[in-house]
Amino acid sequence: MSLLFYLAAFVAVISTVAVILQTNVVHALIYLILSLLSVAVIFYVLGSPFAAVLEAIVYAGAIMVLFLFVIMMLNLGQHTRDQEKKWLSLKGWILPCLLAGVLLFQLVSVLSSYDQNMAPETVGVLEVSALLFGPYVLAVELASILLLAGLISAYHLAKK
Amino acid sequence: METIPTEHGLILAGILFVLGFIGVLTRRNIVFVLMSLEIMLNASGLAFIVAAARWGHAEGQIMFLMILTLAAAEVAVGLGLIIQMYRKFQTVDISVLSEMNG
Repeated sequence: MSLLFYLAAFVAVISTVAVILQTNVVHALIYLILSLLSVAVIFYVLGSPFAAVLEAIVYAGAIMVLFLFVIMMLNLGQHTRDQEKKWLSLKGWILPCLLAGVLLFQLVSVLSSYDQNMAPETVGVLEVSALLFGPYVLAVELASILLLAGLISAYHLAKK
Repeated sequence: METIPTEHGLILAGILFVLGFIGVLTRRNIVFVLMSLEIMLNASGLAFIVAAARWGHAEGQIMFLMILTLAAAEVAVGLGLIIQMYRKFQTVDISVLSEMNG
């Protein structure tokens, strides 16, 4: 199980790097789906099968298909790819990478003093649903209102 | 079954978050910026799942569900805005939006 975690983590990091370095939008999207699926594997290894299934269905399925539809609608083509190649100069990458590297270094140095193992037991759908429709039912209602607001605003914004 | 140290999961979440952050800072195509935002949201969800696995509780998965809802709503609104922007300016370059004096 531990080997599965590190393998999936490796795939996730490599494919995420590929997403931010790609010039073709559709290729970047496919790499993003790969990254999300490997994160779903990590969720499964960490004992959250419900979250893993939702990650595969909602993130890698629904949200990425939405992206794909919009990319197909925009019909970007070769011109945008050449422009992307021009924008991907080394000069624009140095400072953000430096700043983000400093942030990551701080994070790692704080976290490496934290020495505890994860509990190996699996928390299944039953426990999650019992909490979701018990003490957290208000959060579910708020999430549905958020989704409704997103639906209405997306309809309004995408209208001609 | 051997256990995985918690900090490795958290460091992975941090690496993914920082990669998404670099994407937001460096890309000029707004579709890539939105994808990098997705990476960042996903990384924060991973951190919640790692915390859930550390304590063996279900609350982390509930928080992940909330993040998933937020990501879905954000993507719907963001893609609608991208479509509008493309209709107005015929480009996906975010620097054309700097002429909005507001």
